[in-house]
Amino acid sequence: MNILEVSNLTKKFGGLTANSNISMAVKQGSITAVIGPNGAGKTTFFNMITGVYQPTEGEILLEGKSIVGLKPDQVAKRGISRTFQNIRLFGEMTVIENVLVGMHTHLRGNLLGIFLNLPNTRKEESEAEVEAYRLLEYFNLEPFINEKASSLSYGNQRKLEIARALATKPKLLLLDEPAAGMNPRETRELTEVIQRMGKEFNVTVILIEHDMKLVMEISEHIVVLDHGEKIAEGNPDEIRSNPKVIEAYLGKAALELEKR
Amino acid sequence: MKEKLSMLLQKKSVQITLFTLFIIVTSSALYFSQKSVVSFLLLLSSLLILYYMNLKVVTKWLIALGLLFILIPFASSGGPAFHSYMEVATMVGIYIAMALGLNIVVGMAGLLDLGFVAFFAVGAYSYSIFATSQASNFMPFGEYPLSGSTFWGFLIIGGIMAAIAGVLIGVPVLRVKGDYLAIVTLAFGEIIRIIFNNLDRPINFTNGAMGIASITPPNLFGLEIIYPNQYYFIVLFILLFTIFAVNRLEHSKIGRAWKAVRENEIAAQAMGIPLVKTKLLAFALGASFSGIMGVVFAAKQQFIDPTSFTLLESFTILVMVVLGGMGSVPGAILGAALVTILNLQVLTELTNWLNQLSLQGVITIPDALTPAKLQRFIFGVLLVIFAIYRTKGLIPAKNKKFDVEQIKERAQKKAAISNIGSNDTDRVQA
Ligand SMILES: Nc1ncnc2c1ncn2[C@@H]1O[C@H](COP(=O)(O)OP(=O)(O)O)[C@@H](O)[C@H]1O
Ligand SMILES: [Mg+2]
Repeated sequence: MNILEVSNLTKKFGGLTANSNISMAVKQGSITAVIGPNGAGKTTFFNMITGVYQPTEGEILLEGKSIVGLKPDQVAKRGISRTFQNIRLFGEMTVIENVLVGMHTHLRGNLLGIFLNLPNTRKEESEAEVEAYRLLEYFNLEPFINEKASSLSYGNQRKLEIARALATKPKLLLLDEPAAGMNPRETRELTEVIQRMGKEFNVTVILIEHDMKLVMEISEHIVVLDHGEKIAEGNPDEIRSNPKVIEAYLGKAALELEKR
Repeated sequence: MKEKLSMLLQKKSVQITLFTLFIIVTSSALYFSQKSVVSFLLLLSSLLILYYMNLKVVTKWLIALGLLFILIPFASSGGPAFHSYMEVATMVGIYIAMALGLNIVVGMAGLLDLGFVAFFAVGAYSYSIFATSQASNFMPFGEYPLSGSTFWGFLIIGGIMAAIAGVLIGVPVLRVKGDYLAIVTLAFGEIIRIIFNNLDRPINFTNGAMGIASITPPNLFGLEIIYPNQYYFIVLFILLFTIFAVNRLEHSKIGRAWKAVRENEIAAQAMGIPLVKTKLLAFALGASFSGIMGVVFAAKQQFIDPTSFTLLESFTILVMVVLGGMGSVPGAILGAALVTILNLQVLTELTNWLNQLSLQGVITIPDALTPAKLQRFIFGVLLVIFAIYRTKGLIPAKNKKFDVEQIKERAQKKAAISNIGSNDTDRVQA
């Protein structure tokens, strides 16, 4: 079953067409990669799915229902969460608070409950803390619970962003260059986490990534964008041998592809 | 030697002894002297010392309540300056509540609001119009002025009116961000004042620039409330409620949502936080604290006019928040207390003293340079100093410290109960 179906998605910024007529489908429970050179329109694609940008044309269906026109927070409530290419943590807040913010929509507490410290609200808060703790533990971030998010290392900040996104209990998780700036060891760790978490959190993953080793290792399906257009799609082997892709990636990345 | 001394000062028993001595000395000095602003201020400062003492939070609160409800009013009552002390303390309380309200908007939600006094005005006018014959100009039913016993209900009505005003202003204003927001709120603050200034025609709602006089004093079971020491207790109760509410909010999902919006709007939205609704809630709740105190202010002054609600007032409240530490509840309290005392006590006392000197012919100070008139200048200097040397304010905002061990324990307990045999507790390891 397809969790996400995108058809003829187009985004124009004035004269620039950042995404042109993109169609794709994402299978429930799969890991899909979106790759392409810088400026290809990958982040724009994510931004349309999450409601940050409104598409100029096209349709986005989440579990068969259109999510075009929804605001980002409404999209989040429908079950899509994401991380950002340029890390967007709540820097002055602590690590655990970042994750607790992720749980916002699942906390029912209202003003009255908060003011009167009603048992329900209290219970919910303490359960949220436990849940946040477990999430942080999952990413080996529990030693930093009370640290400011901005004080974490780059790699840990990327991990915290994923933990925060998972806290919203998404059906679909979009990761925008999760390994950017990570060292090889951190990247290896991350690869493993992404693979495991898909199953353990019952979440479908779409990721944008430049690290081809990571992409080829974990994706079941790969979509290649270039100049805003989808130039290829298929499983890792198909993509590796696709001449269009090799052309688009001429240079370092192309060599890397051939090596494998 | 120095180390020994600081070790000694760290000790609880030593701290308590010194603190008790300090309180005894200052309060008896205050009680037995005719007028001693210094000892009054020192006694107030004992609350600040208490904040930094090495005691349990509950103990600190108990001592603080004892000081506020018993010792401070009692020690002030020894001389003829009783009412002036209580007046200052009351104003301090009013401004603290406002600073706490603005701290929600500016400090927590990160929305620079330069027209905050408008909500104070809304609260003040809500009571003034109905507690005088003003209301009979437009109300089709009822007899006005309402009796002083309605004051208590008006505390809530004033808060609600201010919250509504907050939402009404917020809806158009919150479309813009950052510096633009500051300018637009500044404009709206002025607009509200000008509306109150001109709402005497065609129907006389506010009596315009003449202001509203002879506002009915509150009435508590037949007791008329007219003295500063009575207002002191009213303000104290409201203030405690405010502090309690603000503390609750700060560490709830709402407080976290505010801070998330302040830190990164796009990320906050991606976490399912609706931007406009969250910001409006900050505006409304912040405004309501101000509105409640507006009602008290109107009743206490028994006269209000639009000049009490100028831009300078908005700036003053903002200075309190910035000086204390943006987003910091204890900071807002300290900032408000310092600025109010500076305004009402220190500057006026200094002016009186200099006037006396010039009367005696010792020195002559041009009228334009009297300290009371230098208020703006002093604020400016203070802000510059803080912007350079202490950007986070006197008591910088602190994040809540979560008890890791305790959470861990609960997590383990839960894991043990919920899934025996499942492997979901093992972790990702490289
Ligand atoms: N908000 C925007 N306004 C104008 N142009 C934009 C905007 N966002 C992205 N673009 C342009 O769209 C193109 C694709 O950008 P992006 O989606 O960020 O690429 P990628 O993530 O693949 O590197 C780029 O040329 C970029 O400059
Ligand atoms: Mg990008």
